[in-house]
Amino acid sequence: MSFPWAQEYKPQGTVSKWVDERLPLPRLVYNAVGAGYPVPRNLNYFWNFGVLAGVALVIQIVTGIVLAMHYYASVDGAFNSVEHIMRDVNAGWFLRYAHMNGASFFFIVVYIHIFRGLFYGSYKAPREMIWLLGVTIFLLMMATAFMGYVLPWGQMSFWGAQVITGFFSAIPLVGEPLRQLLLGGFAPDQAALNRFFSLHYLMPFVIAGVIILHVWALHIPGSSNPTGVSVKGEQDTVPFHPYYTAKDGFGLGIFLILFVAVTFFAPNMLGHPDNYIPANPLSTPAHIVPEWYFLPFYAILKAFTVDFGIPFTGIIIIPAKLMGVLAMFGSILLLFFLPWLDTSPVRSGHYRPLFRKFFWYGLIPSLVVLTYCGGKPPYTQWVVLSQIAAAYYFAHFLIILPIVSRIERPLALPNSITEAVTGKPLPAAA
Amino acid sequence: MSTVKKTNGAGKKPAKAASKVKPAAPVVSAAQDTTEGEGVRRRDFIHIATVSFAGVGAAAVAMPLVSQMSASADVLAQASVEFDIAAIEPGQAIKTSWRKQPVFIRNLTPAEIEAANKVDVGSLRDPQTLAERTKPGKENWLITLGVCTHLGCVPLGAASGEVKGEFGGYFCPCHGSHYDTAARIRKGPAPLNLNVPEYAFLSDTVVKIG
Repeated sequence: MSFPWAQEYKPQGTVSKWVDERLPLPRLVYNAVGAGYPVPRNLNYFWNFGVLAGVALVIQIVTGIVLAMHYYASVDGAFNSVEHIMRDVNAGWFLRYAHMNGASFFFIVVYIHIFRGLFYGSYKAPREMIWLLGVTIFLLMMATAFMGYVLPWGQMSFWGAQVITGFFSAIPLVGEPLRQLLLGGFAPDQAALNRFFSLHYLMPFVIAGVIILHVWALHIPGSSNPTGVSVKGEQDTVPFHPYYTAKDGFGLGIFLILFVAVTFFAPNMLGHPDNYIPANPLSTPAHIVPEWYFLPFYAILKAFTVDFGIPFTGIIIIPAKLMGVLAMFGSILLLFFLPWLDTSPVRSGHYRPLFRKFFWYGLIPSLVVLTYCGGKPPYTQWVVLSQIAAAYYFAHFLIILPIVSRIERPLALPNSITEAVTGKPLPAAA
Repeated sequence: MSTVKKTNGAGKKPAKAASKVKPAAPVVSAAQDTTEGEGVRRRDFIHIATVSFAGVGAAAVAMPLVSQMSASADVLAQASVEFDIAAIEPGQAIKTSWRKQPVFIRNLTPAEIEAANKVDVGSLRDPQTLAERTKPGKENWLITLGVCTHLGCVPLGAASGEVKGEFGGYFCPCHGSHYDTAARIRKGPAPLNLNVPEYAFLSDTVVKIG
């Protein structure tokens, strides 16, 4: 489905016609990312990041497949096999550093992609399904990244696995048996490492499948745009190719320059030195932190330090451990409800003065603070800061957004995308 | 906002026609980017430059992805090994391993040397004398890879009790290649004699292979 003025694929030559009648794959590509997909003419560079995330996934899959040719999923051999990759395998250091930093860059572009959606209201009708699939992809990415981080079987790998599977033990009654089921034992060991490797190899392909759904769902209403005003006619769009293939290509160039710069010149900048120490099940590193992209969630986990119960009775309803785990998962799961929490019909933050203030001065600083505190040891000042920021984070989505949507008086929207771009009313609308 | 603006000296280059670009133009037609009437457009050059640059980049990325498959440094580090051969009596052979491939080290008896030298070299499929396949003064030490030159099975005949084939050397059970006492191919499908690796005697009893 697309706009009626979308250019139609016309196969040139006998072979193209023959293929088109039997398996119209070129037609599919043409309509998906070719001249057959009309896109709002006013997209800014924030709209590059979906394509960049796709490229990042391809980089991870390609480097991951070759790393798996040398990696050895055994508690005795895993760490050494990673060192073998770094030292002995031809270009192995490059492939591993690219995979390691590729994960970070994947998260960087995905976070920008999510913030684009949050600011410009890309989650609103008729694009809720795209948003739901996107949050699903994000969850799958987190699971994949976590399991990948366990594979080198260094100190951070091991204790990360211990802590993250420990989340499940917070669940009342079934928690501990569930944790043992997930680990295949009482602590991370051979069984856990083997299944993490298996799933770490599988999940990227699941992600690729959900991305196909994500892009399919995108092509039903078509791309959103910075004004949030729906496409009204042919003058509002340009074909994806060559306009946005060129624009995405430019953005891709910048992305790859930054990516290789970090990969070549600061490959361990985003990692932890402790993970170059082989896993030791008898000694926890002094300060264990997850990878940077999990820090905000880790800060929320650590922010809950007091049991929730009936005051003065000593009855505990929800212990602090369970609260922290629930809050951490809840901070992501609440994004699934975002399309129905923000009821304002105006999509773009540009035309929402109040929303915009809470976005820039509330949500973004709270996430910056959470990220910062997540990497700090659990001293009082950092815990208190995390608690304030976490409280704002939840309030932003659960209280502020629904209220703002009701009381806010949005700015006047342009009549059309073309009018917003040219500053002139449409001839037809005038 | 931007109304038609008069550019200085615009008369000199009518083809540029900056003033002709409407601010509203949703689709800038390719024609506006051309130098009118010329065969090669500026855009053609940009296309070719972009695709070439991306192509060179893709090739550069493909190199490590392919080269990671070839032997790694730790595999290449096994390139030479030393063996003590003092315990091998005449008529005995040992199987050992070099680069994860079997190696036969055989101490030939005078009868076996004589048998090998009696053969008319011209009649062989892969003509070589025993002297060419051993070191001077050490003609009794026949060192070959234990890899049949047909399809890579390990021939029999090195360990005691194994079939040595019709010519008293080695016999490959996979497809029936017979090698003589100089490990030369005499009968069967193998095209070449058993390969002699590069080796040197470090002393009378120690040999370094590779």
